[in-house]
Amino acid sequence: MSEFEAAERAVQAALDAGATYADARVMHRRHESMTARNGDVERVHQEADSGIGVRALVGSGWGFFAAPGLDDRAARSAGTRAAEIAAASALVSRGASALIPADPASGSWASACTLDPFSVSLADKGDLLVRATNTVREHGADLATGQYQAWETRKWFVSSEGHRIDQHVREAGAGIDGTAIGDGETQIRSYPAARGQYATRGWEFVDELDLEAHAARVGAECRELLSAPTCPAGETTLILGSEQLALQIHESVGHAIELDRILGWEAAYAGTSWLDLDQLGSLRYGSELMNITIDPTIPGALGSFGFDDEGTPAAPRDAVRQGTWVGVLAGRDSAAVAGLDYGGSVRADGWARLPMVRMTNVGLEPGPHTFDEIVAATDDGIYMETNRSWSIDDRRLNFQFGTEVAYEVKHGELGRLFKNPTYTGIGPQFWGSMDMLSSEIVAWGTPNCGKGQPGQVGHTGHPAAPARFRNVRVGVRA
Amino acid sequence: MTDLEALAGQAVDLAGTALAGVEVAVQADRHRVGLTRFANSVIHQNVAEDVTTVHVQLHHDGRTAAGSATVLDDDGLRALVDRIVDAVRIAPPDVGWPGLAPPAGMPEVDAPDPATADAAPQARAEIVRSFVDGAGGLEAAGFCRTSHWEGAFANSAGHAATVDGGECGLSGIARIDGADGVARHAPLRLAELDGAALGARAAAKARAWADPIELPPDRYEVVLEPTAVADLVEALAGVGFNGKFVNEGRSFARPGEDQLDPSITMVDDPLALGHRYDADGTPRRRLTLVDRGTTAALTYDRRAAAEAGVEATGHAAMGRFAWGPTARHLGIEATDAAVSPDEVDGPIADSSVAAIVADVERGVLVSDLWYTRLLDPRTLVLTGLTRNGVWLIEDGAVTSPLRNFRFTQSYVQALMPGSVLAVGGAATPLPGDTYTATSPRWSCPALRLASWNFTGGASG
Repeated sequence: MSEFEAAERAVQAALDAGATYADARVMHRRHESMTARNGDVERVHQEADSGIGVRALVGSGWGFFAAPGLDDRAARSAGTRAAEIAAASALVSRGASALIPADPASGSWASACTLDPFSVSLADKGDLLVRATNTVREHGADLATGQYQAWETRKWFVSSEGHRIDQHVREAGAGIDGTAIGDGETQIRSYPAARGQYATRGWEFVDELDLEAHAARVGAECRELLSAPTCPAGETTLILGSEQLALQIHESVGHAIELDRILGWEAAYAGTSWLDLDQLGSLRYGSELMNITIDPTIPGALGSFGFDDEGTPAAPRDAVRQGTWVGVLAGRDSAAVAGLDYGGSVRADGWARLPMVRMTNVGLEPGPHTFDEIVAATDDGIYMETNRSWSIDDRRLNFQFGTEVAYEVKHGELGRLFKNPTYTGIGPQFWGSMDMLSSEIVAWGTPNCGKGQPGQVGHTGHPAAPARFRNVRVGVRA
Repeated sequence: MTDLEALAGQAVDLAGTALAGVEVAVQADRHRVGLTRFANSVIHQNVAEDVTTVHVQLHHDGRTAAGSATVLDDDGLRALVDRIVDAVRIAPPDVGWPGLAPPAGMPEVDAPDPATADAAPQARAEIVRSFVDGAGGLEAAGFCRTSHWEGAFANSAGHAATVDGGECGLSGIARIDGADGVARHAPLRLAELDGAALGARAAAKARAWADPIELPPDRYEVVLEPTAVADLVEALAGVGFNGKFVNEGRSFARPGEDQLDPSITMVDDPLALGHRYDADGTPRRRLTLVDRGTTAALTYDRRAAAEAGVEATGHAAMGRFAWGPTARHLGIEATDAAVSPDEVDGPIADSSVAAIVADVERGVLVSDLWYTRLLDPRTLVLTGLTRNGVWLIEDGAVTSPLRNFRFTQSYVQALMPGSVLAVGGAATPLPGDTYTATSPRWSCPALRLASWNFTGGASG
């Protein structure tokens, strides 16, 4: 039986059990990871899973059931059990549940991949991490680690409305870091980003990162940080590197514009949002330089796909235009509740998880400046780069970030190195203070976005460039 | 022999046949998990899974590879083994391979509650309805979870074991006019999950948090309720007592030293949930990590233990090696295990917390901590926020709701000798965040701490 047939039988079983709507995703997934520490490979792990996840609507209640079997009996059983769970949901329900109308999409999509990550030998991959971590350690780190991850996902989606879609997605990425152990402290430097850089591409992306070329600098900089002065405390002009700004976008814009959060569906855990739908189209989110798009069509970015997990074709959309909030990340069910006419941002972490509103590629459009111009135009401030810690409140307003390094900016030039930099603020005030933005956009990939219960790990992309912010509180410490 | 034991044994045999002399360890797990999630007082996400996974780890000729699969008919199992055999042949050298777990007796544990292990979605929905009703008309949100883990372990060193464990949990909030109150509980039996009482507790907290005032950021004495203490316990488990972090010089923990207040004793007890072995197959046990303030033990898997030259403690976690061996069933011992706290009026969680609050001249009562993240593992400095209810305590009574704070605080410093002014009389079992049949579970009393560094307020 083909994957499409398994999905169709699951959907039909759910309908036979009383569902008024059902969809099913059959998936085959492979994941490979390797970690190395101080010149030795520490772990090689290869996972593979296959299964079916069925979503059913019975009356006003939703149900979801997942199982690994793909034969006729297993597929039908999954559909029936999803409907049974949906019926139980009706015990605590009110009103009707609905989906916004959608044309039943059919199609295939595959991400671009020049070099299949799973075709590269483990020995070659291991040699890369061994060489890179050896170099990091030789140049100053007490602890040098390196890792890569690669994913291959094939999925087939069928709905009772007639959707019939298959997709083939390959993702890969890697990173290295060095840690220097001091007297009661640790200092870390990473390349190309904290936790690595990832893309919806093949192994050619890892090759392009050229980990070894940056390993010596990483090792030396973590050692240098131990003797650097601590970042001063106070209010100042802050320049952020693009990798840190990507996480700032992720936390204080991406999650805030998730419609399920705005509707209170995540209130008990991930939280809600400070945004009120009544202000969509008029709320001032940031300065005129702030243009944020939701765009799952960016080639190679980690949040790209052909169709979301409700079968909605990928399409770009504005989230913030010239500082005004104009769009949300939505699914067909949340859009129906909110009275909106678009979804397109629903994904699941595998076949055993319920599709939910997730970021795709949420990021900045290029600004008019360059990083060098921003520094040159700053008389007194601090430049921070590479994320080290992140925290934000349950309404996505009050944030505090730490970065690996900071540099003093004096009279238009980068100066002294500072350790333990942090900055804190309130989302719209912070974004409102952005007065310079670079055109040097990088689509940073976040492979570890956690959300939902059951917990789901999402892969998201965040185009970002260096930017300058005024009157930011820095140097918060214990 | 169960199906899972047969699967594990079959995988060991297949690997041995495919690659002479290979060392092989296999874990076959069946996870049955159901989670009924509610928001805006209705069930909006209701999910379940029944998934069997086989994990295979091979070591041959100085090289190691591991993998897993969920397609487990004869062809699927053979494909998994063949894939890992192919991988181990070309894997890079593994100089830290600690060898397989030797045969060992398994600890005796209680069987899981069948009504919990086999709970139907209707049973979870009924408890959710009780919580919603208990909230008395306030908007309610949260989850009710049941889980069951059956497993079998086998390796080519002749070690074999089985596991059968289960638990359940509820975490919920009640909401009114922007104020949230929280209640959580993770008993072993679904019948012990009192949705109505938890809903009422959450609602009482939410009602008492109306119109909060903003207190300037500063260092304040605090009473952390069990739901907040769980965050300290999780951080200490994940970083502080993690043998890998200690090996790497990234932890504060130094066994034998008086590092925490003498009132603090911390015990990891996976056996309470029936978890008899870890991912290496090492038997688990009740392990005291802190004994009256003295760091007494660390957590090790076989690899970290070999590196440190000590015995493994049964804390290997499948798929989490990079993070290292962590305690996932850790608790702070209450001062009187016989205490059964009563419900109290107002925002305080229960009578065991109220007894602590009564002694505070001026301080802050914190229900919950949120989005806490490490700034430095060595000092265990974290930043995060308060959530789900914060109040000013004056002269032994809760006097005013407060707006949320941001804090930047060393958890070790908060618990260092002389810093813990009181430990609650009763500990509450609390559900961890993750959703698997081996989810973490924390056991926490309230703590009165001399100082907590609030570094920001709701306005910045």
